[in-house]
Parts: sequence; C-alpha cells; structure tokens
Amino acid sequence: MPDETAGLRLDAVRIRLDGRELVAVDRHIGPGETLTVMGPSGSGKSTLLAYVGGFLDPVFSSEGRVVCGGRDIAHLPAGDRHAGILFQDPLLFPHMSVGGNLVFAIPQSVKGKAVRRARAEEALDDVGLSGFFDRDPDTLSGGQKARIALARTLLAAPNFLLLDEPFSKLDMQLRGQIRDLVFDKAKRSRLPVILVTHDAADAEAAGGEVIEIGRDPA
Amino acid sequence: MLRFAPAIAIAVLALPVIGGLAGTVLPAFGYLPALGGESLSLDPFRVVLAQPGLLRSCGIALAAGVVTAAVSTALVALFVGGWSQTRTFRLIQSLVSPLLAVPHAAAAFGLAFMIAPSGFLARLFSPWATGWDRPPDWLIVNDSLGLSLMLGLIVKEVPFLLLMTLAALPQVPLAASTRLSASLGYGRISGFLFTTWPAIYRQIRLAAFAVIAFASSAVDVAVILGPTTPSALPVRLVQWMNDPDLTSRFMASAGAVLQLGITLAALLIWLLLERFGRMGLMYLCDEGRRLRADRVVRHAALALMVLTALIVVGGLAVLALWSVSGLWQFPNLLPDTLTLRGWMRAMPQIADPLWTTVTVGLAATVLSALIVIGSLARERQVRRAGNRWALFFLYLPLLVPQAGFVFGLKLFLTHGGVGATWAALVLVHMVFVLPYVFLSLAAPWRAFDPRYEAVAAGLGKGPWTTLLAIRLPMLSRAILVACAVGFAVSVGQYLPTLLIGAGRLVTITTEAVALGSGGNRRVIGIYAFLQMLLPFLGFAVAALVPALLFRNRRAMKVA
Repeated sequence: MPDETAGLRLDAVRIRLDGRELVAVDRHIGPGETLTVMGPSGSGKSTLLAYVGGFLDPVFSSEGRVVCGGRDIAHLPAGDRHAGILFQDPLLFPHMSVGGNLVFAIPQSVKGKAVRRARAEEALDDVGLSGFFDRDPDTLSGGQKARIALARTLLAAPNFLLLDEPFSKLDMQLRGQIRDLVFDKAKRSRLPVILVTHDAADAEAAGGEVIEIGRDPA
Repeated sequence: MLRFAPAIAIAVLALPVIGGLAGTVLPAFGYLPALGGESLSLDPFRVVLAQPGLLRSCGIALAAGVVTAAVSTALVALFVGGWSQTRTFRLIQSLVSPLLAVPHAAAAFGLAFMIAPSGFLARLFSPWATGWDRPPDWLIVNDSLGLSLMLGLIVKEVPFLLLMTLAALPQVPLAASTRLSASLGYGRISGFLFTTWPAIYRQIRLAAFAVIAFASSAVDVAVILGPTTPSALPVRLVQWMNDPDLTSRFMASAGAVLQLGITLAALLIWLLLERFGRMGLMYLCDEGRRLRADRVVRHAALALMVLTALIVVGGLAVLALWSVSGLWQFPNLLPDTLTLRGWMRAMPQIADPLWTTVTVGLAATVLSALIVIGSLARERQVRRAGNRWALFFLYLPLLVPQAGFVFGLKLFLTHGGVGATWAALVLVHMVFVLPYVFLSLAAPWRAFDPRYEAVAAGLGKGPWTTLLAIRLPMLSRAILVACAVGFAVSVGQYLPTLLIGAGRLVTITTEAVALGSGGNRRVIGIYAFLQMLLPFLGFAVAALVPALLFRNRRAMKVA
C-alpha cells in the first residue's frame, strides 16, 4: 500500500464536453512515478492535462478531485498549483534572455539578484548548457531549447510534472536523449508525472502505468 | 478590475452616440428647454427644407457615400482577386497600407495640389504638351458634380478596405481555393469572386458600411474638394451649427437628422447593390463562366491601385514642397526658390494647436489602449470572445454620421455646463479612437499562443504577473502599432474637434481646414505637412521602440 498523501491522486476525475464523457481517470501517481495517457488525437488526452494544470476551457465540465500533498487543488487558480508543464514546443519567452527565462521561474522566496542568478547558472550547468545565461533563446538549437525548457520547469520547484507530448517535435536521435534527461530528473526530484503521448516508445521509457482513452468513442 | 473593462468600453462607445443622438433629435423637433423650445413641432424641418439648393446638397452627400463605397469595394475585390499571393501584391500592400495613417484632410489637400488647374499634374504636362503658360480656367477641384470629392474619399477608403480585407484573408482557405478554381479552368478573378469573395465580404461588411457612413457625411474632405454652390449637406450643416444665432440650433439639429436620413438612404441603396452584386455573381457562377480573359481587368485594377497610392504620396510630396517654396510660378515644375520663411512665420501660431493635437491624441490613445487591453484580457479570462453585440457597439461610432450625434453631444455638454474643455475633447476623441485600437489589437491578441500563459501559471505566476511580464511584452509591437493607429485617428478628427473645441481648442487639423479656404498654398502646405507628419512619427515610434528594447531577441522581430 503506497503512501497516499505523497504524490498526486486523480480521484474519480471525469471531464465532459456537451454531456459526452471524454476522460475518466481514477489513479494515484507516487513520487517519481509516471502515469502515461495514450490515445488518438482529439481523444481529450490533452484535456486531462489542462484540467490538472488549471487551464481547462470552461466549455468543458469536470468533476472529481486532484489531491496533491494531501490537499485538493482542483479548484485552485493555475498559478497556485505548481504544475511543471512541458509542451511539444519549448515555449521559451522570446523577449527574455535564456537566463531571464530561468530567473523568471525561480520562486519569489529566493531573494537577491545575485543569488537568483547563481541559482539559474546552476540549473544551466545541470542541463549541460553552462555559459548560456545571456543568450537569445531564438539562437539555440532544438535540443538546447528543450533542455532550457526543462531547466526552467524544474527551477520553479513544481509539485508534479505535466508532459504534453514534449518529445514529439524532436528528431529521433535527440528524442531519446531528452526523454532520458526528463525522466531522470523527475525520478531524482521524486516528482509524480503525467505524460500524454501517442508514441509507444515514450510510454516504454516512462516505465509506469499506461492508460488508453478515447479508443471507443461511444 | 478587469471585470469592468468591457462595460467601460461600451459606455465610452455607446453613451456619447446615444446621448448625442437624443440631443440632436429632440431639438430637431423643437424641444430644447434651455432655448425656450418646450413643445414639439416640425418648424425646424420646415426651415431646413426651405433652404435654397438643399436637394442638390443632399444628392451630393448621398452620391458621395454610395459611389465611394462601390468604387473602393470593387477596386479592392478586383485587385485582391487578380493579384493575391504574388510579389506585386505584397509590394502594393506595403505601398498602400501607410496611407491609412494619413488624415483625410491632408490627403484631400494633397489631391487638390495635384489635380488643380495650376496643380502639379498640369505643370508636368505644360507647356510642352498642353501649350498652357497660365493655368486653364477649369473647375476641377470643387467641381459641381462632386467628382473630385469622391476621388478624394476613394483614395483614402481604398487603403482602409484593403487592410480590412487583408485581415480577413487568413480566415479563408485562399491558396486552396485559388488552386482548385484554377484547376477547374476558372480565371484568377472569377475564381476568386466565386469561391472566396463572399466569405471575405461577410467579414468586411461592417467596414463597408462605415465607409458609406463616413463618405456621405464627411465635412473636412467636402470643404476642401466638394462643390460650393451649393455645398454638400455636411458642409452646410456645420455652417448652421456654427451660426452665432442661438435659434438656428433648432434648424441645425433638424439638418443633422436629415443627414442621418441621407446616410441611412445611402446604406439602403448599398443593400440593394449588394443584392444585385450577389445575383450577378451567382448567375455567372451557375452558368459556369470561366472568364479567363481577365488580363485587362487585372492590370486595370493594378494600375488604379498604384494610381491611388501615387496620387496621395505625390500629393503629400507636393504639399511638403509648397511649405518651403518661395516663388513658384506656373508652369514651372519645381519652385524657383526654396525658403523656410513660411515656417518661421507660421511657427508662433503652430505651437498652440500642435500642443493640443499631441496631448489630446496621446491621452485619448493611452486611455483607449488601457480599456481595450482590459477588455481583451477580460475576454481571455472568461474565455469568451465578444458576441455580435460587442461588434455592434464597436462599429456604432463609425456607422452613425459624426454630424448626427456630435452636435447633440455638444448641446448636452454646453447646457450641462461643460464647455470646450481639454477633457471633453479627449473623451469625444476616444469615441473614435477606441474602435480602431480595438480592431487593430484584437487579432494579434487572440492569436497569442495561450500555452505561454499555461507555462507561466505552472511556474507559479498569478494572472497579473503573467499579463505584465509575458503577454504585454510579447505583444508590445502589436500594442504600439494599435496605439499609432489610434493616435493617427485622433490627429485626423475634424468635426468633433471643431464642434467640441468650439474655436477655443484648435488642432492642426481644424487649423488646416480653416486655412484651406484662404488659399495660401504655403500655409496650407505647412499645416497639412504637420498633419501627416504626426501619424508617421507615431508609427515610427511603434516600430523603433520594440526594435530597440528587443534588439538582441531574434524571435521578437517582425516575421
């Protein structure tokens, strides 16, 4: 019996659109574990991430609880949920430097410009991109951008990770590399992960439970 | 706080229009207690209808509305159909788009300086081709049929409709339709008109209505280019409105109601034209007419488009030249001498109107931009785009002729004890600035990738931080361009400034039009040059600031 207060619990979550049930999940994801959600495009698998992250479009109706650290976060504003999100695109803020993107992610409780910068430099070292602090994000390669996006997400000290097909736009060689890096960091930080993908290799690398949704659109 | 932004926007747009309409209609029927009108009567209308040449004045206003809209719409449709997705198209687009920022009055002066008997075109061909060594005694500008008036309106409305069409284009599958209709053997223009134009027209329809409303009631252009004996109705209206005899206010109000009727009539005629156009298109389409021999039409559309741009750009250049010219005798193509004396002499008188123009423009623009950003942010918050009503309110000040409600608003303000104050002028300018700021900012705002905000929220940021640190900086270019558009609109306002400013607050535009009748080309050149310079400075700032702020950020450059 795993410790139910650690990790992330999706408690009888149902998401509907116009009365049609898109997603029904009831799972516990322990620290460092991954729940992989697979399904064809349009099946609503990204909708689940939007629900957990707190940016679900109000055209959807939802019920259930999302319990994180013993607390139901399903009705908190997105900014209070501390969900680390990685999308298909790295989505580095184009008006900030690489370092600016990272410093933006560091929690407010870390005070002092020098301290915050040092923290960001550390995160850069950590993903093998030392010295990139002042670079323009647009001048980075796809793999470098993906690493920065990961570093940015982790710097915010998230409670869990939401991965929305984050490797699908990377080329084959890079994909494995970035995938290993992400899951390695998640395990080491003991973060629960929800991964949405349609790539079986992603699911295999994640190593956790796999659920399929939207296979049988009734 | 954001919650109230849409309500404030609607109040800014609708209250002055509705209040102004009431303030126009009631006195038109004799009701204006402050001036002793306490019972309803039709006398004001009797007075107006008894004015000499009234029918002709109304006819010119009506024709100006319908002809301007028809020619501009047809030209834009043929040009887009004939040339979209070509290099020529992009070239013309970048040539014509900036013309939107030129105030109507400046463009009208430019046109007058080009086509007048002593204008640049006549000089270009004299005396070697025409044999003229003095200007011919022709009435070109201010012609009695209002042709130069319509031309002056068309050259300004074509850029407007072209930009509205360009904004609608991404929402239709243009490339696929073009390929499909071509593979079925249709000509470029017919293929476009049959497959794509109906969808585009549905989206620019309100803009076309706005063109009719403006063209049928424009005062400044009609003062500069329109006929004089009699003048177009809008011009005569302003004369009545400015009549110091207080009792003529009843008559002016009745005239304003008549103007509303003329604009409404022009809109009804337009609805008929729409129907005929649709029937014609459907007939040709049902017959399967390929109409592939459209070379001549395509090139004619291109030529007219280029001419539109050249005539305004050339006119502005001639204006600028006049402002620094010494002696410039006919038929010499260029001034005999150049001098800054005109500028030196005008400088002391310019300072005051320039200050009013800039401060009112900036205040109206900044306030409008704040309200628009608030409304768009609220729309994002509740994830609901404005409905049809929101669009209706947005277009309301553009669809009701200014002369129809600004005069009533002025009566309200005067009798309410609010005179010609700076704040009142800013508020009235906002009525016209806000729609344009909204229309130019809404598309980029809604196209913003919402995942950036999801990422920021995931990083623990609240909605305000996300708005201020992510969305606004990333949209800074679009916001500044929208502000530049708004500032240009404010600078170009003639009638609202004239009526609300009541001679105590004057801007470059009201001064330029007032001086226009004097006929001193050097002075007109100076004021009209300033009139076009201010909007261009606005756009220059909008281009330069983001370029400097984000000079090391490649992805922030214009695509």
